[in-house]
Amino acid sequence: MDYMLLIHSDENYPTPAYGDPGFDEMMAGWLAFNQKLIDGGHWISAANLQPTTTATVVSKTWGSAPTITDGPYAETKEQLGGFYLFSAADLDEAIALATELPLPAGSIEIRPVSFRPDAA
Amino acid sequence: MSDSDSRVANALTSVTREESGRVLALLARRFGDLDLAHDAVQDALAEAVEHWPVDGVPDNPAGWLYTVARNRAIDLVRRAASAERRTLAAAPDILARSEPDEEGDELVVDDAEVGDEHLRLVLLCCHPALDRDTQVALTLRLVGGLTTAEIAAAFLVPEPTLAQRIVRAKRKIRDAGIPLSIPASLDERVDALLTVLYLIFNEGYLSRGAAGLRVDLADEAVRLTGQAVALLPGNAEVEGLLALELLTRARVAARTDGAGELVLLDDQDRSAWNLAEIRRGNAVLATALARMQPGTFQLQALIAAQHSNARTAADTDWPAIAALYRQLESMTASPVVALNRTVAVAMADGPGAGLAMLGSLEGLDGYHLFHAARAELLLRAGRPLEAAASFERALELVVNPAERRHLKRRLAASA
Repeated sequence: MDYMLLIHSDENYPTPAYGDPGFDEMMAGWLAFNQKLIDGGHWISAANLQPTTTATVVSKTWGSAPTITDGPYAETKEQLGGFYLFSAADLDEAIALATELPLPAGSIEIRPVSFRPDAA
Repeated sequence: MSDSDSRVANALTSVTREESGRVLALLARRFGDLDLAHDAVQDALAEAVEHWPVDGVPDNPAGWLYTVARNRAIDLVRRAASAERRTLAAAPDILARSEPDEEGDELVVDDAEVGDEHLRLVLLCCHPALDRDTQVALTLRLVGGLTTAEIAAAFLVPEPTLAQRIVRAKRKIRDAGIPLSIPASLDERVDALLTVLYLIFNEGYLSRGAAGLRVDLADEAVRLTGQAVALLPGNAEVEGLLALELLTRARVAARTDGAGELVLLDDQDRSAWNLAEIRRGNAVLATALARMQPGTFQLQALIAAQHSNARTAADTDWPAIAALYRQLESMTASPVVALNRTVAVAMADGPGAGLAMLGSLEGLDGYHLFHAARAELLLRAGRPLEAAASFERALELVVNPAERRHLKRRLAASA
């Protein structure tokens, strides 16, 4: 079964940038997690997103032309910052993997995938 | 109702409550589909209702239920297969896995394998991906074999709401891939199960006698907790919960008077307590304690045992109860437990000691029993005006009608 992990966290929480002290350690955690997904045959895809300040919203309303606006929908404490798409035997395995995500704080929504056009 | 009618009715109730959960658990695993298994068991139960009064109760009702439900499940798979090509490909596989030859028609319902499947189902109902209300409803529906209407009536919610909650839960179990498995984190799941069972028990105990037609949830909880004790051998907390339930239920007949009004522990007619049930609770508790795995349910059972084994209210060992509450408080950090300890301390050392402790409790201003306890202590300390004010505050917060009437009487008496 395929699951998507939607990673929500406070994007204003300071995280080390490339070259900063602690950056290598932080990346090592994520790389190890990725490797674990690959080694376990779980890996499908993943992405880290630019902050919501770079977001653009296309809104479509029935019967009128689409509008294009700046930024996220609303001010929230946590924002969608990235995702993993992976396969797991069942929800318990998906929860176990999500728990191992090297995210210091935030919430991870686990959603089963109902259909994926690129899947065999 | 004739003798044979009532024999059939009893057999139907017993197979529904005692066996249908196990049969469901077994079929859910065999077919890998909880929803299908549940439909099949429901259909088999409907057949029993139709045929048993005419043909008589089969010698092995559980085996009968399993066979009929399994055949029904195979039938449902075949039907779905002819309707849907995608299932067609998988159907021979599923049917092969559930061939009758595997275990024959003679189902030994108590074998270890069934116990294992049964435990998976019980734990599934308490999966953390389901919210607490849903866990409660699913446990009663799937494990306890209660109907949607019975559960809805017991919790005073509209039947469509409850039915929808169960449908949504079954859909989530299927679509999110919640497994029928024994989890690695078994302890956490058992904790959730015990919480669910205790919620069911309390709902039944506190609302006892409120409405004539309601299923007795306290009895259901005792039954399901007894099953959990069998499924989780050697687990002292499960036994602790069973002991707590038995020692509490033993006093239920004395808890309300003829008019349905609440009678406080001190004023209860102790000759109306169920001594056999107290003995059984004591025995279960002794077994649990001998395992040397301390836990909160065993502590609560020890407190209930102090009350239930006191011949008169004056015999109650309040210092011992206060000490047990202190232990419980250190394990739970619960302000409600702290409040109970205060009451026990006041009984042991006088209202002044209790009032001093109450002053240091935080986070209970919205809890009616905090104000009610404070009022009682003020009354005993000879401060009726302040007591009345606290009773009034408690009355603003109370929900349960029997408790409200009790507080009103106490307020009137304090004047």
